[in-house]
Amino acid sequence: MEFAELIKTPRVDNVVLHRPFYPPVEGTLCLTGHHLILSSRQDNTEELWLLHSNIDAIDKRFVGPLGTIIIKCKDFRIIQLDIPGMEECLNIASSIEALSTLDSITLMYPFFYRPMFEVIEDGWHSFLPEQEFELYSSAISEWRLSYVNKEFAVCPSYPPAVIVPKAVDDEALRKVATFRHGGRFPVLSYYHKKNGMVIMRSGQPLTGTNGRRCKEDEKLINATLRAGKRGYIIDTRPLNVAQQARAKGGGFEQEAHYPQWRRIHKSIERYHILQESLIKLVESCNDQTQNMDRWLSKLEASNWLTHIKEILTTACLAAQCLDREGASILVHGTEGTDSTLQVTSLAQIILEPRSRTIRGFEALIEREWLQAGHPFQQRCAQSAYCNSKQKWEAPVFLLFLDCVWQILRQFPCSFEFNENFLIMLFEHAYASQFGTFLGNNESERCKLKLQQKTMSLWSWVNRPSELSKFTNPLFEANNLVIWPSVAPQSLQLWEGIFLRWNRSSKYLDEAYEEMVNIIEYNKELQAKVNLLRRQLAELETEDGVQESP
Amino acid sequence: MFMHIDTTPLLPDSLSYLLKLLDRFSTSNKSLTGTLYLTATHLLFIDAHQKETWILHHHIASVEKLALTTSGCPLVIQCKNFRTVHFIVPRERDCHDIYNSLLQLSKQAKYEDLYAFSYNPKQNDAERLRGWELIDLAEEYKRMGVPNSNWQLSDANRDYKICETYPRELYVPRIASKPIIVGSSKFRSKGRFPVLSYYHQSKEAAICRCSQPLSGFSARCLEDEHLLQAISKANPANRYMYVMDTRPRLNAMANRAAGKGYENEDNYSNIRFQFVGIENIHVMRSINGTKGLSVNDFYSGLESSGWLRHIKAVMDAAIFLAKAIEAESASVLVHCSDGWDRTSQVCSLGSLLLDPYYRTIRGFMVLIEKDWISFGHKFSERCGHLDGDPKEVSPVFTQFLECVWHLTEQFPQAFEFNEAFLLQIHEHIHSCQFGNFIGNCQKEREELKLKEKTYSLWPFLLDDQKKYLNPLYGSQSQKSAVLEPNTVSFNFKFWRNMYHQFDRTLHPRQSVFNIIMNMNEQNKQLEKDIKDLESQIKQRKNKQTDGILSKELLNSVRPESPALKATLSLKEQALLPVNDVLRTIEGSSPADNRYSEYADEFSKAEPAVVSLEYGVARMTC
Repeated sequence: MEFAELIKTPRVDNVVLHRPFYPPVEGTLCLTGHHLILSSRQDNTEELWLLHSNIDAIDKRFVGPLGTIIIKCKDFRIIQLDIPGMEECLNIASSIEALSTLDSITLMYPFFYRPMFEVIEDGWHSFLPEQEFELYSSAISEWRLSYVNKEFAVCPSYPPAVIVPKAVDDEALRKVATFRHGGRFPVLSYYHKKNGMVIMRSGQPLTGTNGRRCKEDEKLINATLRAGKRGYIIDTRPLNVAQQARAKGGGFEQEAHYPQWRRIHKSIERYHILQESLIKLVESCNDQTQNMDRWLSKLEASNWLTHIKEILTTACLAAQCLDREGASILVHGTEGTDSTLQVTSLAQIILEPRSRTIRGFEALIEREWLQAGHPFQQRCAQSAYCNSKQKWEAPVFLLFLDCVWQILRQFPCSFEFNENFLIMLFEHAYASQFGTFLGNNESERCKLKLQQKTMSLWSWVNRPSELSKFTNPLFEANNLVIWPSVAPQSLQLWEGIFLRWNRSSKYLDEAYEEMVNIIEYNKELQAKVNLLRRQLAELETEDGVQESP
Repeated sequence: MFMHIDTTPLLPDSLSYLLKLLDRFSTSNKSLTGTLYLTATHLLFIDAHQKETWILHHHIASVEKLALTTSGCPLVIQCKNFRTVHFIVPRERDCHDIYNSLLQLSKQAKYEDLYAFSYNPKQNDAERLRGWELIDLAEEYKRMGVPNSNWQLSDANRDYKICETYPRELYVPRIASKPIIVGSSKFRSKGRFPVLSYYHQSKEAAICRCSQPLSGFSARCLEDEHLLQAISKANPANRYMYVMDTRPRLNAMANRAAGKGYENEDNYSNIRFQFVGIENIHVMRSINGTKGLSVNDFYSGLESSGWLRHIKAVMDAAIFLAKAIEAESASVLVHCSDGWDRTSQVCSLGSLLLDPYYRTIRGFMVLIEKDWISFGHKFSERCGHLDGDPKEVSPVFTQFLECVWHLTEQFPQAFEFNEAFLLQIHEHIHSCQFGNFIGNCQKEREELKLKEKTYSLWPFLLDDQKKYLNPLYGSQSQKSAVLEPNTVSFNFKFWRNMYHQFDRTLHPRQSVFNIIMNMNEQNKQLEKDIKDLESQIKQRKNKQTDGILSKELLNSVRPESPALKATLSLKEQALLPVNDVLRTIEGSSPADNRYSEYADEFSKAEPAVVSLEYGVARMTC
């Protein structure tokens, strides 16, 4: 298919672009296969480059011959284009509509993007499972890397290499896979070096109504327990939901079959409930006219912060089991690809200092989200403005980033990255020139040959010039476990995401700059003081030498 | 908390009890066992680790005895600075005694029993007097540029004859004669006739304030009309003036039935009348009662309290006022009913938006002295300093502080002071430790001889200035500009550091603000160090070159160096801890946090497995 077929009008002159807090820009609108470009053809004004895949929904309006297209983006931005001529406007609108909803992944921009920067380090090879395992291996004698899923035959949503207890062989893993939802047998998610306790994750056990059991499964998770120790199973669903799941062949671990494990049910919402929450939240954030009371009730009614609180609370609970109770845990919900990953990855942010560094956080995303098979393609297909509500769309990853932001805000010096890093990840999860977030799991990514055909996000991010934008000037490595507060007074709306386009951040940006200046100046002064001290000391010893004879 | 251990003598019969302190939000949620002392001025709790908690009796808003439990008799103390403490007294009789004592001690019948009259910060009379003279309003009017050709100082109220609740010195239009002033004052509630509150020098426009006119349905007063005309004539830039009634229209209309009301536009020439709709003190008081928001329905609680709606209303009114002056050069007359609550809020906030001086530490003190203290905001009644009419209590000034806080959030570089400054002022409007906020008007304060018997707060705040400086202050664009805040509803947030200032676990564990503040201080020190070091190096280099010429000189220098080294290493050490202290992670224990929510869930899910203790998840297996 040629993009030219979809582009009915490639170019329109005298188009006026309206954006909040910016003066209108008049210029030429161009449509390419992947971008909407508006250029004023003047040197001093910036051009607008918008990826079609970033467009969530469009509205058309006509007043006489003047058409208006309102473009709502997946990053929640709303822009308006005034296009002279009804035909041009209709053509542009339908072209955008077609181009922003391409079916085939291989037509997406990452397959066409040619980087203009020099690749210093290929991000596709930055976080290989083997390397990650290496980081642990000195401490782990009871675990091994298994390639049972090499052909993606045992579990389509797992990567080829997973970490499992040494005591369990691949044959047993195959059996366990048949007992777990989507073949997602329990694998290692995190190893707590402090006490050797672990977080494992999996899909729900397929006990069904007749209480099926699987000896290998019991053996597998028991293999992670030390003699006489108990573990905890955190089921991210409430008990009644887990019980209902039995009717559909799913279920939960029966006490009788897992006597060494205690089950705790939490309630993290899923799917359309989250998507609706996001839609409501963004809608109320965009409503500038409402009075004070409606704002607060809408904010509460969106339930977004309630979801944040639920997820964070569960993650804290998981971290507490590990660090305070000295117990290993297994986390799962239904599929084990959404709320499970939120909990396991946030628990690591709380427990593991490395995951609060830029590289460590990238490794965490790679390991706990991409390799672990969070279906990005499905979940991030549409954002807050979309009308076609599909069951599989949900802002699971955004909720995770929001939770990280909440912890970052409470511990502003303990993270190597800043808020912009999280915002950047959000943007790229929904629309990107990089291949990193394409596909739903490793198996799909392999088939798409992403490594060969597209550029990794990490190749770009980890260049020093980019990294500097994402580095937190306040960072001071903190090796402690950080326990966030989950009280509603402590959780806040993430303004950097949700009010980003609705307020002018000029004064806040200036203040941030000033803060950076103070910190930079401090470093400069410290360096100078140290230098002078050394000089003085040298002079003193010289004096001593001169004096001694 | 502000405490002065040396000046609070223990009562001879100081009650002491063994207690459990159950501070709901305190560091561990664990109860602390300790001893409670009641002194003449403070309640003091010393726990087993010798940590002291001081609570000023004047800060106590309410004491409540709860139903007897197995461990003892619970006593809940709510403070005006939003601290809540929860004691468990083992013996019920003791609890009863404490309860009665606290009730008595927290509500004084006469001014002379307030803490300020016994508080002695070890200053002599001259120092005290200098403290009171620190903020000089005459100086402030001079700064604004009055008196001038249009405005003059009036001696009409020199002996508080025209208006008891106004200060002696009042500025009025030069063309307003004394009979006009007297006539107008008779037509205004409590005699509070229109006077100057702020003069904008470059726009030649004025903010004036007064109380409502006694217009009823048809009454008019020529002198009052003349006075308003004089105000508009005093502004050569724009002869139209705004009259802002800060009340909701309905309230103002209802007042007409009582012979009061608002200005009839037909009777006054060149005025534009405007309602801005801020609710009265009674509405605000009822809100404050619901401040103990429950944890589960935080936002709906916040919403139904309507608190932020009122904050926004005050802010919107101030913005209207500032715009009238800035954009139209029009003078504005502001009033509500009596002109000492909402009027003070709007006038002071409006001036703060317009004039960067009021956004400095000293300027903010001046602003409070002028628009609140001197113009008769009834601090003692609104803060309930004495055992009086509870209907007069209302958090009007707290609202003003919160508006200022919201501005500091939107304009982080526009204010010389920081949040701690606002919190400290709030602390002291209730503490009665200093004389500034005692009494309801200047006349009353003079009668109480506050300047002779008590101390002024301001010099103490200035001495501690370092603590209250905003490290980011000083960007030219924000520093000098007229502030134009955005009052879209999402800009109004819950002021956690005020309403939960004692609930440590709710706050970020690391404060960027404190780090930057300390870094700023450290930078100054480093700059000085660099200078010192550079001069030392220079000295030494000179000496070396000299030394070649004369060795004796070098020898005489020698004894210096060890001492020099010592001071240097001392400095080095002094520098290091700054960061350490700053970066201490308070939240490094989960016990610091209130995970009780999930501990609850814990026990709900499988009651047999997990037990809840002290609100922290504890699992027994």
